[in-house]
Amino acid sequence: MFLYILKRLALTVPTFIALMFLTFIAIRLVPGDPVEVRVGERGISPERLAQFRAELGLDQPVWKQFIDYAWNLVRGDFGTSIVTNEKVLTEFFTLFPATVELAFAAMLFAVCIGVPAGTIAAVKRGSWYDQTLMGLSVTGFSMPIFWWGLLLIMLVAERWGLTPVSGRVDLIKYFYDAKTGFMLIDSLLSGQKGAFWDAVHHLILPMIVLGTVPLATIARMTRSSMLEVLSEDYVRTARAKGLSPFRVIGLHALRNALIPVVTVIGLSVGSMMAGAVLTETIFSWPGVGKWLIESIGRRDYPALQGGVMLISAIIILVNLAVDVLYGVINPRIRHDG
Amino acid sequence: MTAETASTASAVPAAPSPLRQLWASFSENKGAVGGLAVLSLIALVALFAELVAPHSPLEQFREAVKAPPVWEDGGTWKFVLGTDGLGRDMLSRLIYGARVSLFIGLTVMCVSFVLGVVLGLTAAFSSTLVDTLITRTMDLLMAVPGLVLAILIVAVLGPSLTNTIVAVTVVFLPRYVRLVRASAMAELSKDYVTAARVIGVSKLRLMFITVLPNCLAPLIVQSALGVSEAILEAAALGFLGLGAQPPVPEWGAMLADAREFIRSNPWIVTLPGLAILVTVVSINLMGDGLRDALDPKMQRS
Repeated sequence: MFLYILKRLALTVPTFIALMFLTFIAIRLVPGDPVEVRVGERGISPERLAQFRAELGLDQPVWKQFIDYAWNLVRGDFGTSIVTNEKVLTEFFTLFPATVELAFAAMLFAVCIGVPAGTIAAVKRGSWYDQTLMGLSVTGFSMPIFWWGLLLIMLVAERWGLTPVSGRVDLIKYFYDAKTGFMLIDSLLSGQKGAFWDAVHHLILPMIVLGTVPLATIARMTRSSMLEVLSEDYVRTARAKGLSPFRVIGLHALRNALIPVVTVIGLSVGSMMAGAVLTETIFSWPGVGKWLIESIGRRDYPALQGGVMLISAIIILVNLAVDVLYGVINPRIRHDG
Repeated sequence: MTAETASTASAVPAAPSPLRQLWASFSENKGAVGGLAVLSLIALVALFAELVAPHSPLEQFREAVKAPPVWEDGGTWKFVLGTDGLGRDMLSRLIYGARVSLFIGLTVMCVSFVLGVVLGLTAAFSSTLVDTLITRTMDLLMAVPGLVLAILIVAVLGPSLTNTIVAVTVVFLPRYVRLVRASAMAELSKDYVTAARVIGVSKLRLMFITVLPNCLAPLIVQSALGVSEAILEAAALGFLGLGAQPPVPEWGAMLADAREFIRSNPWIVTLPGLAILVTVVSINLMGDGLRDALDPKMQRS
C-alpha cells in the first residue's frame, strides 16, 4: 500500500514540472516589462533598471530563469507580491482557510440534501416527486452561479433581511483573533456571545450558491446508482428476508450506491475551486478565489502565478488522495493504476 | 413486372434512415424536444437580431434610464423589458446577447471538435512518444481548474471576446482529445480495423474514414453539452470583467454592470441571468436526449 502511494506520488512529478513550465511561460507572455510595471510611470536611471533586472534575475538566459524559478518553488518560495510585498505563500495560506471553510460547508450542504433527495427519487421512480427533482437537478446543473448568488442576495438578504449581504462575520460587533483561520472555530474559541451564530449566518448564502451545482450532480448520481443497486439480487434477498424497506434501502442498498457518489465528490474539488472564485467575488468572501481575481486587477503577476500554481498543486494532491482512498474503500480497483 | 416490384417493395419496408431513427428515439424524450424548441427559438432570434430587436443594443435613451419593464408601474411598451443603467433597451441587449453567447458556444465547440479529433486520433495512431506528449499536455491542462486556467489565459492575453474564446477552448479541448483517443483506441483492436490495415489502407484514410465515424456518437454528445458549458464559462469570465468588454451586450458582462442596481432595480439583474439559465438548460436537455438517442448503452436512468 505504501509503495502504491509512493508510485502514485512519483507519477505526479511530471505534471508538477509541466505546471511550473505553464505558469512560467504564461507570465513571460504578459505584455509589458515586469520591471517597468514595478518601477511605475516615473522612469528611472539605466543603472537602476539594470540593477532591478539583476535582482529579478531577468538578465539571465531564459532556461536559467526557469531552473531558478523551479528551484525556488521546490524550496517553497512562490515569489513576493508586487503590491503588498508579502510572500505569496504566506498570503495564500492566510486566505486559504476561508476558502476551505466555504467549500467544505458547500459540499456538506450538497451531500446532506443531495443523497436523501436522490435516494427518494430512485425509490419513487417515475413519480411526481422524481420528475420534479430531476427537472430541478437539470436547472441546478445549468445554473450560472454568479447570477444565483445575486438573486439570493436580492431576495434573502435585501428584501427579507434574513442574512447578511457579504463577508464572514460582523466586524463591528465581534472582534477576535483568527487563531485557525476557520471563522466557525475561531468564533467559538473567542467565547463572544452570538459570534458563532453570526458567522453561520454569513456562511449560509455562499454555501448554498457554491453547493448548488454539486447538489444537482450528487442528487442525479445518487438516483441513478441507487436505481442500479435496487435491481441487484442481494437487495431482493434482503427484501425477501422480510427486512423493513427502510433497512433495505438505508442499510443494504445505499452503502453500495454511494461508491460512485464518493468519487463524484472527490473529483469535484477542482470545480469547487472554480466556483469559489465566483462565489467569493459575489459575497466579498476573503478567500483565495477573490484574492486571485483582485491580483489580476492589480497586475500583481507573482501573486497570480503563485496562486494558480498553489491551487493546481492542491487539486492534484487532493485528487491523488481521493484515488488512494477510493482504493481503500473499494478493494476491487486497488493496484490497477 | 412493375406491379411485382411494387408488391415486394411494400412487403419489405426499407430500413429507416439513421437520421430518422435518431429522431424517432430523440422525440420520445419530451424534455429534449422542449429544449430543442426553445433553443431553436433563441437561435432564430439571435440570427435575425436586427429584425427582431426593437432598438439598437447600444443606443442610450437618456430620458428613460432604468425604466421598469412593461408589467411594473411606469413601464411602457417602448421598452418591454425596461432599460439598464445607461438607458439602453434591455430586450434588445438580451437579443443581441444571445448572438454573442451562441457565437462563443458554437465557435468553442467547432474549434475544440476539430482540434480534438486531430490531436486525439494522432495520439491514438502514433508512437508512444507522441501519444505520451499529447496525453500529458492534456492531463496538465485538466489539472488546473477550468475557470482558473481561463482566468490565467485571459489575464495574460488581455480581456476581449476573442481571448475569451481562446481561453474557453483551451479549457475544454482536453476532454475532446481524451474522448477521441479513448474511443479510437477501443476501435483499433477490432477486426474491421485489422482488415482495413491488411488490405493496405493508408494511415490517414484509416484514421479519418475507417475509425472516426465509429467514434462520433460520444463526441457529438460531448459537443452538444460542451456548448452549454462554454456559454456558462464565457459568461462567468464576462461577469468577472475578464470576458467581452463593454459595450458588447454579453450576458455575463451585463450582469456585472447590473450589480450596483441590486437594491433599486432588480429586473436589470434578473433578466440577463435568466437568459443564460434558459439557454443552458435547453442545450443540456437537448444534449441529454441526444445522448440517450445516440447511445443505447448510456441509457437514461
